Amino acid sequence: MNRPLANQRKEYGKALIEIGQSRGDVVVLDADLSSSTRTSDFAKKFPSRFFNCGIAEQDMMGTAAGLAASGKIVFASSFAVFATGRCWDQIRQSICYPRFNVKIVASHAGITVGGDGASHQTAEDVALMRTLPNMTVIVPADATEAYKAVKAVVDYPGPCYVRLGRVDFPVVTSADSPFTIGKATIMREGNDVCLIGTGQMVALCLDAAEELHKKGISAQVVNMSTIKPLDEETIVKAARQTGCIVTAEEHNILTGLGCAVGTFLAEHGGCVMRRVGIPDTFGESGESEELMVKYGLTSARIVESAEEVVRRK
Amino acid sequence: MANCSDEDIKILVQKANLIRQHVLRMTFAAGSGHPGGSLSSADILAALYFNVMNHRPREPKWEDRDRFVLSKGHAAPAYYAALAEGGYFPVEELITLRKLGSRLQGHPSRSKTPGVEMSTGSLGQGLSVANGIALSAKLDNRSYRVFCLCGDGEMQSGQVWEAAMLGAHYKLDNVTAFLDRNRLQIDGPTETVMSIEPIGKKWEAFGWNVIEIDGHDMRQILGACDRAKEAKGRPTMIVAHTVKGKNVSFMENSVQFHGKAPNEDELNRGLKELGAGK
Repeated sequence: MNRPLANQRKEYGKALIEIGQSRGDVVVLDADLSSSTRTSDFAKKFPSRFFNCGIAEQDMMGTAAGLAASGKIVFASSFAVFATGRCWDQIRQSICYPRFNVKIVASHAGITVGGDGASHQTAEDVALMRTLPNMTVIVPADATEAYKAVKAVVDYPGPCYVRLGRVDFPVVTSADSPFTIGKATIMREGNDVCLIGTGQMVALCLDAAEELHKKGISAQVVNMSTIKPLDEETIVKAARQTGCIVTAEEHNILTGLGCAVGTFLAEHGGCVMRRVGIPDTFGESGESEELMVKYGLTSARIVESAEEVVRRK
Repeated sequence: MANCSDEDIKILVQKANLIRQHVLRMTFAAGSGHPGGSLSSADILAALYFNVMNHRPREPKWEDRDRFVLSKGHAAPAYYAALAEGGYFPVEELITLRKLGSRLQGHPSRSKTPGVEMSTGSLGQGLSVANGIALSAKLDNRSYRVFCLCGDGEMQSGQVWEAAMLGAHYKLDNVTAFLDRNRLQIDGPTETVMSIEPIGKKWEAFGWNVIEIDGHDMRQILGACDRAKEAKGRPTMIVAHTVKGKNVSFMENSVQFHGKAPNEDELNRGLKELGAGK
């Protein structure tokens, strides 16, 4: 389906400026990628509250911890692969353990980074962040939701991870759509199968639901914008209502949304299920659309999976 | 400060000695812990907590307090001893070190222990945090100072040098770091495991004000802190030459006692050497 496109990073930059205007206790750090992550917008407006840490993500997270220890609310940004993997121990020891108000907003997540290839893509970041105690993990569906998520984490206690993409995402929410950290949103009602998506996969779930409707299958679509804490209530309801679930994520299927939903459901009555996502492999260079197709991140794959779980239930 | 009377110095030396006695008792009671690097840093901690730092033990979150980050988190026994002697929590609590339910974790935890500014233990991270606290002080125009105690093994961590760059780049002259240069790490001498020398020159090359002292000479420690305060536009690294296991003969320069608690006989011998009553 043709949907308007919008960029999450641009919304991050915009939201940061608004936060900077209303909150003197907010500071922003970046690791030499400020023009890509768009923290440069904040840096231009509030130069005294922006600190470029250079290509030194470990030190950036430690510095963020020190600023937070002194009462600041700290946004720390880089590409998702570097903001999580390269400094995971620093996030664990210096940010999550003391439960500091450090908000890691990372861009260029997933494989739609494109041409840079596997070194700059990440299908592991959600896994790395959700395994940390005290960490909240948010994967906004589109640019509008990215804006809301960034605004919401300011006053949400403790460390947060907000995952943003590089490319423009289809717009699936509006300024009026509800967004609460820890609460999933039902985007479309349906009874035969539930499609739970996160990030830009929510748009593909909606497309798939439309396609399934033509085939006589009524699909519910859930936007799981928070991966941790997981909205267990919505998952249980969806499982009871539809009896089968397909999860969809631009992340390694072993360790992201599908893993979180599946392990939770296994302990709560179980449910016929299928995970759509990046297989357990590294990405490669290519146009983002080509990579989406090659790695199975398509509405067609969600449709196939939905048909399969409907048959199996 | 450096113009202390002989009597003041004597009191600080006694405090350091008391910290050392606590370290032995605590690690013995716990049956584990790191006495060697705790004993090497006892004089620095005594100087900071009983002379140099501006702090209020009864008001641990006082906004204008000087901050301290123990980057070498395994020296927790000495740190806790200084905090308890300073009045942050009862001295009797010290022997609960490492026990289930204790506020005194094996490595410092900010959320558990009064007076502990930062959770540490995974090495190489404390200086970055100290820099962050110092940046915050600059932003808020506050005059408090930030102290950080690093181990020499830590100098092998890349993050330390990232922090070295950031501290100089942002001219964090409110940061005073100590390097507890006791020359030993778990696997042996630092210069055998992974040489860090010439360490003072390295810090100088990174733009820091470097002061080399005898880390067991109280007047030198206090004097270095004064000079650090006077240095404008750059942070200070005080390279404190120390002896691992200082003042307990069989622990001195012993790699073995980096991470091994004394047994009962060793405890008694050690306490006797430290002149403890019992």
